[in-house]
Amino acid sequence: MNPKPYSNTKATLAIAKASFRSILRSPSAVVFTLAFPLIFIIVFANIGGGGVTVDVGVAKSCDTLSPVYQALKNVKVVHLIKDQSTEEMNTNLSKGSIDAIINIQKNNTRPPFTVNVEYTKASAEKGNILRSVLSNIYYNINNNAQINTPPVAEIRETTIQGREYKYIDFILPGQLGFSLLSSGVFGTAFVFLSLRLTLVIKRFFATPVKRYSIVLGEALARMTFSLLGSLFIILVGHYMFGFTLVHGVTTVLNMLVLSAIGLIIFMGFGFTISGIAKNESTVPPLSNIITLPQFLLSGTFFSVTAFPKWLQGISNVLPLTHLNNAMRKVAFEGAGLGDVTHQLFILLIWFVIIYAVAVKTFKWE
Amino acid sequence: MTKQPIITVNDLVKNYGDFAAVKGISFEVYEGEIFGLLGPNGAGKTTTLEIIETLREKTSGRIIVDGFDIETDTDSIKKRIGVQLQAAGYYPNLNLSELITLFSGLYGIDKSPMEMLEKVALTDKAKAKYKDLSGGQKQRFSIATTLINNPRIIFLDEPTTGLDPQARRNLWDLIREIRDQGTTVVITTHYMDEAEVLCDRVAFVDGGYIIGIDTPDHFIDQLVASGFERKKQVKLANLEDVFINLTGKEWREG
Repeated sequence: MNPKPYSNTKATLAIAKASFRSILRSPSAVVFTLAFPLIFIIVFANIGGGGVTVDVGVAKSCDTLSPVYQALKNVKVVHLIKDQSTEEMNTNLSKGSIDAIINIQKNNTRPPFTVNVEYTKASAEKGNILRSVLSNIYYNINNNAQINTPPVAEIRETTIQGREYKYIDFILPGQLGFSLLSSGVFGTAFVFLSLRLTLVIKRFFATPVKRYSIVLGEALARMTFSLLGSLFIILVGHYMFGFTLVHGVTTVLNMLVLSAIGLIIFMGFGFTISGIAKNESTVPPLSNIITLPQFLLSGTFFSVTAFPKWLQGISNVLPLTHLNNAMRKVAFEGAGLGDVTHQLFILLIWFVIIYAVAVKTFKWE
Repeated sequence: MTKQPIITVNDLVKNYGDFAAVKGISFEVYEGEIFGLLGPNGAGKTTTLEIIETLREKTSGRIIVDGFDIETDTDSIKKRIGVQLQAAGYYPNLNLSELITLFSGLYGIDKSPMEMLEKVALTDKAKAKYKDLSGGQKQRFSIATTLINNPRIIFLDEPTTGLDPQARRNLWDLIREIRDQGTTVVITTHYMDEAEVLCDRVAFVDGGYIIGIDTPDHFIDQLVASGFERKKQVKLANLEDVFINLTGKEWREG
């Protein structure tokens, strides 16, 4: 007989290795985890600000010939509005349907231009984007001017770093979330259902392998695959499309930790679906019920703040919304994991709920 | 050689709700024999087998496998048996050699895939996927996976169903070889000619009961002694012999 004691770790790793090989050879896994997100990134990165726009009202007295205005016109994220009356703009600003009103004044003294911006609390997030864009413009304009000449425009917002909020900074975290969601839900549901239906698991049970080894091995393989996928997407985004990584490697690591947390929750949905589904053709509709609303409402393509209030209420319940928010805070604002505890807490609640359901519904045979 | 029981089944009962699939069967399998469980579909063969294989809970009764009680020592039993399931699939997208590696890991031992594939003459298919194998190759591969842990007993559930005569005979040779190396074989089949030439002893199962257990020779002699005669005079060869004679002995893949 076998003199060595039986090793559960060895069995778990054997399953993880087999599963990882299998995932790499399955076209749907590669397409959903890598190809789709990359295609979306390429398409949207080139369309530019198709999703997030900051609507900026242009005051009637604004100097539209100033270099600041010209620079603003070239920022795709910023949508300049000139066809509204002053009264309309003021009401819209208070409702948050425009995000700021800008009024650039030419001065006869130095600095030659003063930029007055009126923000609104109704749209603080977009205001921040504009603030960021503006300070970036100031920085560029003042730098481009000759060294000895005085600044062209006044830099008002000295506290805000001049970092350009590119559309890729919005779309990439969303696509990461989407990749994790589809891999976690579809992948897990399909694998466990098909292993059950084709009696692969039953055959496993005729060996000394423990049940937790099977679940852990599968999860390990999917985790490895998805994190490599996330890393790949981040690197492509960074080097090809200038995706902002504030603290470089640290930011990437934080994003990978968030990816892992998200994937664990999404796999919970996958386990549940594999238990509920009777056969392979019921997996896609069930998975779509989980993934589609999150795909559309969790700020993957459009900022949640663009939705009407009642819809935002729904958005703010979905786990992907909070994963996306945490990702964006970490990637663009340079937040650490300690700064996104609110999002992590809501994800923890989801974790508890979905695994309570998964344990009840999961079937081995 | 004294006959040493390696499996003892005592008064095994299995109920599915109100339906009694197995109604109190007892038998012994001796070490080193090929033991056949025969009977019509739904007789309880597979259920009985799966309970011995530790894949299903029994309702009542007592089963000892290689000295271990099925109730208290499933893990020790799992390490000592090899199981081939009716219609079981294998992990998707992996080739045969990778599947053997996977099973070695599940059993916690190191076995070279080539060594296992050589035992069932599939070394040239090491890089092939299970789903691309012929029926006979699939069964041979299944048997290879049952041998990874050097089991004391292997269980084969209808291994020859759907195979052509050459592949069937080839599989018989393989099963005999395994028996000759000291492994006990428990097999189910619907083919009586197969049971007759392959099995050392057979048990007939019907309606959840064992209705007879003996060597194939004894069963046939008893029946003949009772005055039974075949309607048609038995010739020295049958149609399968003609088939093998005309198409050749070597098995075909495809």
